[in-house]
Amino acid sequence: MKVYVPLDSAALAVGADDVAEAIRAEATKRGVTVDLVRNGSRGLLWLEPLVEVETDTGRVAFGPVTVADVAGLFDTGFGAHDLAIGGVEDLPFFARQTRLTFARCGLADPVSLTAYEAMGGLTGLRKALTLTPAQVVETVTASGLRGRGGAGFPTGIKWKTVADAEGDQRYIVCNADEGDSGTFADRMLMEGDPFTLIEGMAIAGYAVGATQGVIYLRSEYPNAAIVLEKALTAARAMGLLGDKVLGQAFKFAIRLQIAAGAYVCGEETSLLNSMEGRRGIVRTKPPLPAVKGFLASPTVVNNVLTLGSVPHILAHGAEGYAALGLGRSKGTMPIQLGGNLRHTGLFEAPFGITLGALVNDIAGGTATGRPLRAVQVGGPLGAYMSANDMDLPFTYEHFDAAGGLIGHAGIVGFDDQIDMLEMARFAFEFCAKESCGKCTPCRIGSVRGAETIARARTDATAIPLIKDLCVTMKDGSLCALGGFTPYPVMSAITKFPEDFALTETEAAE
Amino acid sequence: MRGFLLATTPAPDTEPRLSAILTAIGDQQADLMNILHAVQAEFGFISEKSMRAIAKALNLTAAEVHGVVTFYHDFKTAPSGTHVLRLCRAEACKSMGADHLAAEVASALGIGFGETTADGAVTLEEVFCLGLCALAPAGDLDGKQYARLSSERVALLAGKVRA
Repeated sequence: MKVYVPLDSAALAVGADDVAEAIRAEATKRGVTVDLVRNGSRGLLWLEPLVEVETDTGRVAFGPVTVADVAGLFDTGFGAHDLAIGGVEDLPFFARQTRLTFARCGLADPVSLTAYEAMGGLTGLRKALTLTPAQVVETVTASGLRGRGGAGFPTGIKWKTVADAEGDQRYIVCNADEGDSGTFADRMLMEGDPFTLIEGMAIAGYAVGATQGVIYLRSEYPNAAIVLEKALTAARAMGLLGDKVLGQAFKFAIRLQIAAGAYVCGEETSLLNSMEGRRGIVRTKPPLPAVKGFLASPTVVNNVLTLGSVPHILAHGAEGYAALGLGRSKGTMPIQLGGNLRHTGLFEAPFGITLGALVNDIAGGTATGRPLRAVQVGGPLGAYMSANDMDLPFTYEHFDAAGGLIGHAGIVGFDDQIDMLEMARFAFEFCAKESCGKCTPCRIGSVRGAETIARARTDATAIPLIKDLCVTMKDGSLCALGGFTPYPVMSAITKFPEDFALTETEAAE
Repeated sequence: MRGFLLATTPAPDTEPRLSAILTAIGDQQADLMNILHAVQAEFGFISEKSMRAIAKALNLTAAEVHGVVTFYHDFKTAPSGTHVLRLCRAEACKSMGADHLAAEVASALGIGFGETTADGAVTLEEVFCLGLCALAPAGDLDGKQYARLSSERVALLAGKVRA
């Protein structure tokens, strides 16, 4: 009997290891032979730990499973149990997705390169190696792929800049410093299908003429580090990385760099300083990292999901990918549903689905069952959206026009118990704690902002000051940390003014 | 990385162990992050003495190394308690009552964030996002991550390590 218990951090954090151990013990007790596979997560995180069993008619799932449920699952022969939810692919949450980047995540042992190839892995890299590097860059450009880390810069153009830049050594840096609250897609891909990232980095290396790749991974992801190290070891042993990648005349190596808990290092120039053993201070641009990046060499800095989307594009062609989406937001986006939502997890879909469809239909409203009041899209620097924004199509352009951003596509739900003044104050506090300190609007503005907004209900001068400060921070900050903190602050003030109104006592004074 | 440290009780700096780390990892500035992680894993924190030795080995000033150590939240310049409990205070966890949970846990331990209990058993820290936003609120104890936390569950976990 083949049983799957995820090793994804989300599953582990709610007891997946204990469940796996209990399944082993129960099987031994009953004399049943169990082939236990530790897979990545299928992405239905509200059902974790989600256990799957291979049957004649496909995989059937049970969840959320606790140690106490294991004996009962064996009693029913993993059949008509209360926790049975059928096949994962048949659930609406999964059936409505278009899984390209996450096509393989959760299907098998993530560090088995053999399993990866059997599921169609390495097709993209093999195809790339039959093309010229310039043709690979053209393919990525034609796909319309844009940076999935948040900035949305066209990936092909960045690659071309690096390929054309002067330098003896070029680097591929994977930004895996996924610090935005509400996002976890990078983590899921690295833990559930790391070879897709490795393959994407190798394709990028071939395209721009880089021989060295570095994955800059946040320290808050210790499980991802373990899976990545195992995958890198397997990739080196089986010739996916090394002096002759897949036996071809192309040399490429990847190493893992563990970060040290600074949010601002998700900004690409801070990240490069950190990799060089310096304080993670933002660099002024120009020069662009594409021209002078790691150790002053031309460097591609791409997010995990950007690089993870490349193997599919090379394997299946740019046209199919570019045909998906809406307007200039092409392809699919792995959207993350988190916080106070009922059905939380990873939902990959073409751009263009509405915010309302995501939070009401797919996520099913709040986890607490109370009315949904606000959603924050795009992490701590993203705007808060209200019930009036539910028709907004999920694209870079529509969110920009609505005074927000999609960022790394994390969506966090809040019910009617949330105090939006506190959330706006926290946005400033977070900026103050994580500011690198290089520019004044961010370093000082965040501190003054937190102090000022805290008295908004008792001081009529506070909100006008905050609005003025937000203009300064937006226009005067060096990077997105100070520059985008006004998004959550101003959206909270304009969309939820009732939470900032003067209290009766003070208003009467 | 926290996941790999705190397994051992902080021990006093000894030069041979520090030298071994420096020899094993390298002497370039780009090696500094890895060196600091290794030193903290070995000693539980990064002492002034360690910083000076690292600076010498990498041909940097002590101020430069000190500047790097103090920039990053992960690096500690003093020993933590025997156990380190971190609770996520970011938005997704707040949407599921993280602030309430934080207040209850802090009150039960009798300390605030960034503080250690008088018996040296538990240090309470805040963290901003562990990527467990789908199962909020989340935290970690001695590097092991937990989600769908309640104050009862935290008390249970804290009780286990203090016992």
